[in-house]
Amino acid sequence: MVSRVRIKDQWNEQRIFSQRTLGAMLVIGVLVLALLARLSYLQVVRHDYYVELSQGNRVRLDPIPASRGLIMDRNGNVLANNEPAYQLELIREQVPDLDDTLKRLGALGLIDPEEIEDTRRVIFSRRSFDSVPVRLRLTDDEIGRFAVHRYEFPGVDLATRQTRHYPYGELAVHALGYVSAISEQDLERIDRASYAGTTLIGKLGVESAFEPQLHGHNGFRQILVNAQGRSVQRQGAYAPVLHSQPPTAGDDLVLSIDLATQQAAENGLGDHRGAVVAIDPNNGDVLALASMPGFDPSEFARGISRSEYAALSDNEDKPLLNRALRGTYPSGSTIKPVIALAALTYHLVDPAKPEFCGGVFHLPGSSLLFREGKTGRHGWLDLTHAIAKSCDVYFYGLASTVGAERIAAFMAPFGYGELTGIDISGEKPGLLPSPEWKKHAFKRPQDQVWFPGETVNFGVGQGYLLVTPLQLAHVASVIAGRGKSFRPRLVTGVRDLRGQISPIAPVADPPIQGVSAADWDIAINGMMGAATYGTAAAISKGATYQIAGKTGTAQVFTVSRSERLTQKVAERLKDHAWFIAFAPAEAPRIAVAVLVENGGFGASAAAPIARKVMDAYLLRQNTPNAETAIPESEAAD
Amino acid sequence: MEDSGYARTRRTLFSSARLLSVLNLDGPLLVGLSLLAIYGLAILYSASGQSIDTVVRTVMRLALGTAAMLALTHASPNFLRRISPWLYLLGVVLLVVVEVTGVIGKGAQRWLNLGLFKFQPSEIMKLAVPMLAAWYLHDRPLPPDWRSLLVLAVIIFLPAGLVAMQPDLGTAALIVASGALLVLMAGLSMRIVFALVLAGAGAGVLGWHFLHDYQRARVLTFLNTQTDPLGAGYHIIQSQIALGSGGVFGKGWMNGSQAQLEFLPERSTDFIFAVVGEEFGLVGLVGLMALYLFIVARSVWLATQTNDTYSRLLALCLALTFFVYVFINAGMVSGLLPVVGVPLPLVSYGGTSVVTLLAGSGVLMGLYSHRKLIGT
Repeated sequence: MVSRVRIKDQWNEQRIFSQRTLGAMLVIGVLVLALLARLSYLQVVRHDYYVELSQGNRVRLDPIPASRGLIMDRNGNVLANNEPAYQLELIREQVPDLDDTLKRLGALGLIDPEEIEDTRRVIFSRRSFDSVPVRLRLTDDEIGRFAVHRYEFPGVDLATRQTRHYPYGELAVHALGYVSAISEQDLERIDRASYAGTTLIGKLGVESAFEPQLHGHNGFRQILVNAQGRSVQRQGAYAPVLHSQPPTAGDDLVLSIDLATQQAAENGLGDHRGAVVAIDPNNGDVLALASMPGFDPSEFARGISRSEYAALSDNEDKPLLNRALRGTYPSGSTIKPVIALAALTYHLVDPAKPEFCGGVFHLPGSSLLFREGKTGRHGWLDLTHAIAKSCDVYFYGLASTVGAERIAAFMAPFGYGELTGIDISGEKPGLLPSPEWKKHAFKRPQDQVWFPGETVNFGVGQGYLLVTPLQLAHVASVIAGRGKSFRPRLVTGVRDLRGQISPIAPVADPPIQGVSAADWDIAINGMMGAATYGTAAAISKGATYQIAGKTGTAQVFTVSRSERLTQKVAERLKDHAWFIAFAPAEAPRIAVAVLVENGGFGASAAAPIARKVMDAYLLRQNTPNAETAIPESEAAD
Repeated sequence: MEDSGYARTRRTLFSSARLLSVLNLDGPLLVGLSLLAIYGLAILYSASGQSIDTVVRTVMRLALGTAAMLALTHASPNFLRRISPWLYLLGVVLLVVVEVTGVIGKGAQRWLNLGLFKFQPSEIMKLAVPMLAAWYLHDRPLPPDWRSLLVLAVIIFLPAGLVAMQPDLGTAALIVASGALLVLMAGLSMRIVFALVLAGAGAGVLGWHFLHDYQRARVLTFLNTQTDPLGAGYHIIQSQIALGSGGVFGKGWMNGSQAQLEFLPERSTDFIFAVVGEEFGLVGLVGLMALYLFIVARSVWLATQTNDTYSRLLALCLALTFFVYVFINAGMVSGLLPVVGVPLPLVSYGGTSVVTLLAGSGVLMGLYSHRKLIGT
């Protein structure tokens, strides 16, 4: 039985075997085709996609920060540039004994021994081949000390990074602003990609307003990394071509600031708290913008410590406050030329008709008395003399004749109560009061009424009116330009990498309408009078050019109206001193506003500073500055 | 001159052919294997990060495998058939020993340290299972009846189960595959095949509960690569990036960024197929596949020339198993199959598989060269 089956088997087996072999070869063919299809899909169809993935795998971008643009004054003096700062960095895997190394660095005074634990934690939070900063802001002395001992510290080295430097220190800090570490808020408004590798960003002033121009474009370097993220030059025989793109440095800025004029302004203020703004009425160039006291902007770029910052912000002299843009004060008598122009324009005054000043003004229909200021009684004077001698009684009357609504309407085009539109941010608008304003500004109905007495005070620049030094400098330039003025500006041109300066055209403000040439003459004559025989006569002593000016005294402490301020008040309660001026009066090239906080009387505290500023600008340069912007300002007219 | 040159060439060819036949070697298969080994060494040098040491060790393994091959070509089918049960028994005993020492050593244990080199007993089973199955079927009627199938199932699943417990799912699957292929070649009814496939699917669902977590993760990862891009999916993603970025012509020898910068895991062992694809492109892979197909085709042809049941079944099984290895590895690297630890034959670094594969080829050549000595 067994052998019978066997004999049949041989033939049958052969058949089965051949069939199955054929079947197997068929299956193999199908499987190979499937595999080839899959490989073709991966390697041909999706090739580009996987190339991109493999690039992303191995190539990292290492940013190269662009060098920040320089800031120069109008004559090319460099006010802000870049300098290397030194820091100590450590690569863990190259340090033989980390604890010992940190201890010895501490012993050398290069790191704070109390911070060793924190430093250790930071080092271990990074990868072993990362270079970790362990100490920032090395002084020259510390650099020298480390250099001598460098051989004892394998894996520790000095690293440099570019930081902002201000060659003139505190000079014009409130115009320039400063740079500091990029904050969370900054991150929201910048393009993060273009700031990769950048550590500092402009804060305040020109540094902030012109951040896009100054920053430039960061470059990058492709670096090869392996699967652990370690940067490698090459791996065995594998060394691909890597690309890099050099950074494009930021553009340089040409400011309207004149170094000598700025220095005169700051030296003039000296230890006083106050501000000076000087503007070229022909194009709006800000020649000087000073706010004292100031601070050293380099501290912020280096990385200001908490205690240093607290010292600045808690200082009662408020060095961080930009008084020129953000300090708001009553205008005091500097308003008088404008009040005069308002009365003249509305034909409500006969400029030649003398009025009598007996030292006291009786408000008609009221029992209120308004007293003359410190200058006593003036007797008979016309409008020109009333401006020159700053007669309060005359202007009390004039203001109540014109009325608060018309005064406010007339003053608005001069820029009172509005931002001047200067090309840096942070400016405050001040306040131009009016009966209409009062209705909205107060909650209680009894406060919403405009009293006739408030109109009287308005006439001498007291009460609700608030102005900034920048605004008053702009007002002075409006008068100097007889109604024509330009938007104040700090940056006049941008210099690109090739040294080509693209000028920024000045922007003309809408001119004052309806004021006749004769009316401008009367107001300007009054201001010239103030600077020659009036309240500020002293400042013209020895001047080779004609000055037109106006003093002002802003009350800090409102004393009872019927009471003379006789008692000695604390220094901080003394009046703020104002002086506005422009010169030469016949063809003005500079308009100035000076504010000295608690300076007392404008003529004695503020006017001499204005004279120094004007001297610095006018006497040194006999011809108008050869800025390319000037011809264009004429075209803009 | 020309004449003597021609004569010399002829003489050389003739004498090499005689040498081959004395050694019971098959020329074409030997050439195919040699080309594959050389290609493999070149790739391995690049994939190992230019490690001469790795190449030298692989050459030593190739030498050991060649020695095994040369020895086995002289074994007659009768001799092989007689030792089949004993080899199988030895393999099972070693597997149990490994399992016991593994329990003692707490952890996966696949190796037997023989002092001189480490040895994986599961590799023996790759040969011993088809040998015993062929031995069992040699004097039984084909196609096998139900009782025979039951015995064959025990022969296959006993060692496969032991290997799976190590746990080495990949090798276990290969052992099952080689046994199953043999039964298939023996004429297993296709109706039973379909029934088994269905039953297998059912068992798979059940078996899911017995898989280790990492094995389940591998299957899941295969089904959806993106679920765990830094864990189990990392292998597949990186190997596909390597293949895809290689394109048609590749990035050049030792220029594959995925391999050279170590983004590709297990680049010189299980995933070396991706290195070929990255550095030599589709062209390199087609060349590699052509070599493999040539070897498989030649092996199948050799198998068809044998004329007894044992030889035919064993030889065909060895040839097809070789292809299964290639396909599982290539399928796994290219994302067609789940990640199982199956090396690419003769190219992947390490393990005993080089020796086993060359030994298998020796068996195959021996079966072919002894075919006329068999009487029925």
